[in-house]
Amino acid sequence: MSRAVLTFQDVTFHYPSGNLIHKHPILEDIHFQVNAGEFVSIIGASGSGKSTIFRLITGLEQPIEGKIYLNGKSMSNQLGQVGYMPQQDLLMPWRTVMDNAILPLEIKGVKKAEAIDEVRKLLGEFGLEGVEDAFPSDLSGGMKQRVSFLRSVLSGSNILLLDEPFSALDAITRLNMQEWLLGQWEKRRKTILFITHDVEEALFLSDRIFILEQEPNPSLKEVHVPLRRPRNVRDLTRTEVVIMRGHLIDQLRLKVKK
Amino acid sequence: MKHYIFSTSLVLLILIGWEVGAQIYNKSYILPAPTDILLKLWELKGILLLEHLPATLLIMVIGLAISLLIGGGLAIWMNKSQLLEKTFYPIIITSQTIPIIALAPIFVLWFGYSIWSKVVVTVLITFFPITVSTFDGLRSSDKDMKELLFTMGASKRDIFFKLDIPTALPSFFSGLKVAVTLSVIGAAIGEWLGAQAGLGYFSRRMMTQFDGAGVFAPILLLSIVGVSLFLFVTSIEKYFLKWRNR
Ligand SMILES: Nc1ncnc2c1ncn2[C@@H]1O[C@H](COP(=O)(O)OP(=O)(O)OP(=O)(O)O)[C@@H](O)[C@H]1O
Ligand SMILES: [Mg+2]
Repeated sequence: MSRAVLTFQDVTFHYPSGNLIHKHPILEDIHFQVNAGEFVSIIGASGSGKSTIFRLITGLEQPIEGKIYLNGKSMSNQLGQVGYMPQQDLLMPWRTVMDNAILPLEIKGVKKAEAIDEVRKLLGEFGLEGVEDAFPSDLSGGMKQRVSFLRSVLSGSNILLLDEPFSALDAITRLNMQEWLLGQWEKRRKTILFITHDVEEALFLSDRIFILEQEPNPSLKEVHVPLRRPRNVRDLTRTEVVIMRGHLIDQLRLKVKK
Repeated sequence: MKHYIFSTSLVLLILIGWEVGAQIYNKSYILPAPTDILLKLWELKGILLLEHLPATLLIMVIGLAISLLIGGGLAIWMNKSQLLEKTFYPIIITSQTIPIIALAPIFVLWFGYSIWSKVVVTVLITFFPITVSTFDGLRSSDKDMKELLFTMGASKRDIFFKLDIPTALPSFFSGLKVAVTLSVIGAAIGEWLGAQAGLGYFSRRMMTQFDGAGVFAPILLLSIVGVSLFLFVTSIEKYFLKWRNR
């Protein structure tokens, strides 16, 4: 039996501004578990509360009811426990690639020289060799995302939260980044939670997919992706995957119609 | 250099017009020609550069230093708490509507002819752009970035030094550039009202002697000082904001 690194136990949450969607909180009695080394995607319509789940895991928000366990522990202050890659790359424009990457280490109090050594070892793998002294404004979209990902990896946490990291990239760059991400995930044995709008992306990457729904009331469903690893883009044309894809898209569409 | 070609030619044109006009008018105690002023500057270079310039510079430097302390401090403070912002911001704005020139004689009364009466005038004129620009800069730091830092386990102190300060720098430098040019005016006004040395004082003394060129020569020097200070701040800014130069 694999070890749970993240557990949501009957979590209910709404923002203090009180925006209850049809008198329901955004998240109501949400229950799920993510195991060590798993790759789980969260899909759902815009505004269904995907990013909100990440805000709860990072500790930026507290559940109103229920508990969240990280690596078996439930803490009152959860900040600084997971690696979080936000929806926008959020690199500091005044810091070079190197200085952006060492930020989490800096905050942990690691000596600058040591932090730089640690980052330097990873630059090649992240396709950032030779640009460590460039500023973010000089980088392409894919490169910025890699810096942002590198930064979240350097948090040192076993859990990575990636919020639509590839949504701004063109199709080809995106595919390359997806394959690269899978490689990194297999190599680093991290647990990844991945938010996306894109059903195919979710199918290609994940072990399981969570579907977040607001209608008729807030709920979370899950499906297992019927694919072995290593995967290939062509696997997405298999019958069982195509059927699941149609099924997922229908579920997302249902909500948009209303 | 190409950058300045238009403004340089315009200035040259005006100078030529001025020179010609002054030669025709020929009353140098009212309208000295530019060449008269340059000659005067050359003639007086010893006393202006060695005695009066240092006096004025000292006022400006002390005044700016105090403004930086007060302005930076107020900005950081107001950024910390809404209550402080609501208390101080209106007062700071109102302070700028007071005609400082009208108040200056009182400073002479309080501080006598010492350097402090002029420093106070300089501070009153220069702390405002520094405070407001630094405060606006601090306030503009990105909320999402702040949250990201919190998720890394950052303390309030980390947020201040790693996010707020770097965010505020561009705006701070804009304010500082305004302040250094204003400091020239502040120091000169201060000296006008009561001093025993300084370029403003010297200019005024020449006025009483109907020496037109003598009035303008120290003013020319003052404006050179202002431009140099401005360029100095710009080069510091370029160094600190390398990432914006691309
Ligand atoms: N800080 C906040 N304060 C108040 N309401 C918020 C806040 N953040 C999000 N919301 C609201 O909560 C709901 C869920 O937002 P959330 O960002 O979690 O959606 P999402 O599924 O990530 O959407 P998207 O796909 O567009 O990123 C939305 O209705 C949003 O307006
Ligand atoms: Mg979102």
